[in-house]
Amino acid sequence: MKRSQLAETHTLAVLVENKAGVLARVAGLFARRGFNIDSLAVAPTDERFSRITIVVDAESAPIDQIKKQLDKLINVVDIVELQPESSALREMVLVRLELPEDDQVDDVLQLVSGFNGAVLRVRGTQMILSLSSRPDELDSFVEKLQPYGIRELQRTGAIAIPGIE
Amino acid sequence: MEMDGGQALLKALEYEGVEVVFGYPGGAILPVYDSVLDAGIRHVLVRHEQGAGHMASGYAHATGKPGVVMVTSGPAATNIVTPLADAYLDSVPMVAITGQVPYGLIGTDAFQETDTTGITMSITKHNYLVSDPNDIPQIVHEAFHIATHGRPGPVLIDLPKNITDAMNPDSKMTWRDPVAVDLPGFQPVLDGDPADIEAAVKLLKDAERPVIYAGGGILKSRAAAELQALAEKTNTPVVTTLMARGALPDSHELNLGMPGMHGNYTAVMAMQEADLLLALGSRFDDRVTGRLDSFAPDAKVVHVDIDPAELGKIRHPDVAIRGDAKRVIAAMLDTLGTAQTADHGAWRSKLSGWQENYPLAYEPAEPGGKLKPQMVIESIRDASPKDTIVASGVGQHQMWASQYWTFDHAYTWLNSGGLGTMGYSIPAAVGAKAGMPDRTVWAIDGDGCFQMTCQELITASVENIPIKVALLNNTYLGMVRQWQEMFYENRLSEVDLSGPVPDYIKLSEAMGCVAIRVEDPDEVEDAIARANAINDRPVVVEFLTEPGENVYPMVPGGKSNSDIVVPPFQEKETRS
Ligand SMILES: Cc1ncc(C[n+]2csc(CCOP(=O)(O)OP(=O)(O)O)c2C)c(N)n1
Ligand SMILES: [Mg+2]
Repeated sequence: MKRSQLAETHTLAVLVENKAGVLARVAGLFARRGFNIDSLAVAPTDERFSRITIVVDAESAPIDQIKKQLDKLINVVDIVELQPESSALREMVLVRLELPEDDQVDDVLQLVSGFNGAVLRVRGTQMILSLSSRPDELDSFVEKLQPYGIRELQRTGAIAIPGIE
Repeated sequence: MEMDGGQALLKALEYEGVEVVFGYPGGAILPVYDSVLDAGIRHVLVRHEQGAGHMASGYAHATGKPGVVMVTSGPAATNIVTPLADAYLDSVPMVAITGQVPYGLIGTDAFQETDTTGITMSITKHNYLVSDPNDIPQIVHEAFHIATHGRPGPVLIDLPKNITDAMNPDSKMTWRDPVAVDLPGFQPVLDGDPADIEAAVKLLKDAERPVIYAGGGILKSRAAAELQALAEKTNTPVVTTLMARGALPDSHELNLGMPGMHGNYTAVMAMQEADLLLALGSRFDDRVTGRLDSFAPDAKVVHVDIDPAELGKIRHPDVAIRGDAKRVIAAMLDTLGTAQTADHGAWRSKLSGWQENYPLAYEPAEPGGKLKPQMVIESIRDASPKDTIVASGVGQHQMWASQYWTFDHAYTWLNSGGLGTMGYSIPAAVGAKAGMPDRTVWAIDGDGCFQMTCQELITASVENIPIKVALLNNTYLGMVRQWQEMFYENRLSEVDLSGPVPDYIKLSEAMGCVAIRVEDPDEVEDAIARANAINDRPVVVEFLTEPGENVYPMVPGGKSNSDIVVPPFQEKETRS
């Protein structure tokens, strides 16, 4: 299944204090309340705060309850539910190919540049590519690469911030 | 001021106004205990750490001040898991201090190492692992702030030994008084939104069959007076949940008593047939609602809670008000002004009809038969001061205590409502009595519960905390026996406690208590009078009660409240 076609999801941008164990608190809350996490990405925004982007499966619990329970965590400062249409959302994928034929390199290069992706390494028939884009773009990128012998693939969770009003 | 982390901890507790700590020493907390000797704080040495946790909880509930429990790492920390979970579910303000292995050994499976903050993450409101002794004053200050503000709850502070041990250079710190807390993620909202309050008042004015559904939040926000004023002003009947007994005097004519699985008929049916439920600090617990999809089907709901996550969690409210019950009720009273509410005459007379036909009742003992537990509770009630504090265990005796005691004062009823922790009563009673030494404190306990935590009677004796225990000995895990009788064809599995051991009299005497056994109804009054007259040591009165007695009414688990089962001798009317 394409990841972008998963059951309905909600994307939460959660601002947390940079305190030890805060990620465990957030992840633990999801586990014990039976909320399903689709993806999660976290990094500090400055000395004091980190931002966690959580994509949650909307069918596992009412989003309102998820937000309220998250908000009860002392280290959670702010929660914004991001609207898919208006927010800026990116995910990244790394792909390692082992081309079935020697003469396919050019085809792949063309494909990558069509998606505005990047070629990180090429050695013989092996290539490592990356693309940072919307999840549906990543889906179609990966789909188009299928014939070229995907050996390994790693996607990040989405990161997102609200769009410009 | 230069000191070590252990001294700083005690100084921080003193700074927060702590008067008593319930605890138990051990390796990782040793340095802190060295400072206990020099601090102006009473330490109550318990006999099991679980007892310390429930004592802190009973102390907090009775006094309104946060309770403090202090124990060592590892097995001691895990021994307070139950009371922490208990306090978390019942929103009791508590601060727990645990020792931890030295910081550098964390993660190495060191002796008596447990991941205490990890284990307690889901049963505390918040917890801390302290790495720098200089942080102690501020963290302790934050912990007390978090425990007592917003929806109260337990907060745990885990203290690695290296930062408290005077012998270790890591423990050197400079005391600085804590500053105002800066917690951007913890900003409880106390005042309700005026527009919502307006909307709630309008519903209340227009309702024909309103019921105030008062929960433990009323007591937590110290809003008993406001509750009574609102009920009286709007002539609205009130049900008080298991956690809210005493929030409105039981003898008040508007008080319908306890709703729920073992609530009385009128309280249960009033909620079922209400056209408005005004939920104040209550949380639509499944023990109150019964089967949710048939609960109070015609009622609009106004839900007031300080914890926004409760609003809409179980039942969708027509009006949701986030705020502190005391302030929200005061604002509702202001908004009401001199307005008249709709006439509740028909509703009130329906309710009194139910009260007449289905009072809480039990059949008196057969001549020569065993004591009726309900009668014992009524006798203690009638012979004890009105403001007696009652702590109960969990089981049938808990339900009877809630049903048959008359709670005319707030903060006189301690029980484990959310977690249902057997063994709660004796330690909770000890904690309450430690905080309120001038009050009579009765623990109403079951024989099963007694065997779980009776060792705290040693604490009570040694520490001179003279509680009284009414041991309702029905020789069974009675509540479980009742379910097996009703739902498992009376196939009694592992519920028989008939002994012949322990001998509760010898056991109690060995723990320094005066112990009295009562078998005959004629001896009940005298025994209670004797117990009430003893104030220099704990008393245990063992009442041999009817083993087969069941708690009624009862809404069977998973059933609708409308399927309430009244006692067999009360024929239920066929409802039109
Ligand atoms: C720690 C714990 N273990 C098990 C239970 C399940 N349980 C609920 S009531 C009860 C029986 C209590 O027996 P007793 O204290 O004699 O009270 P009674 O019901 O007989 O009045 C049991 C086993 C519980 N609530 N708590
Ligand atoms: Mg029993």
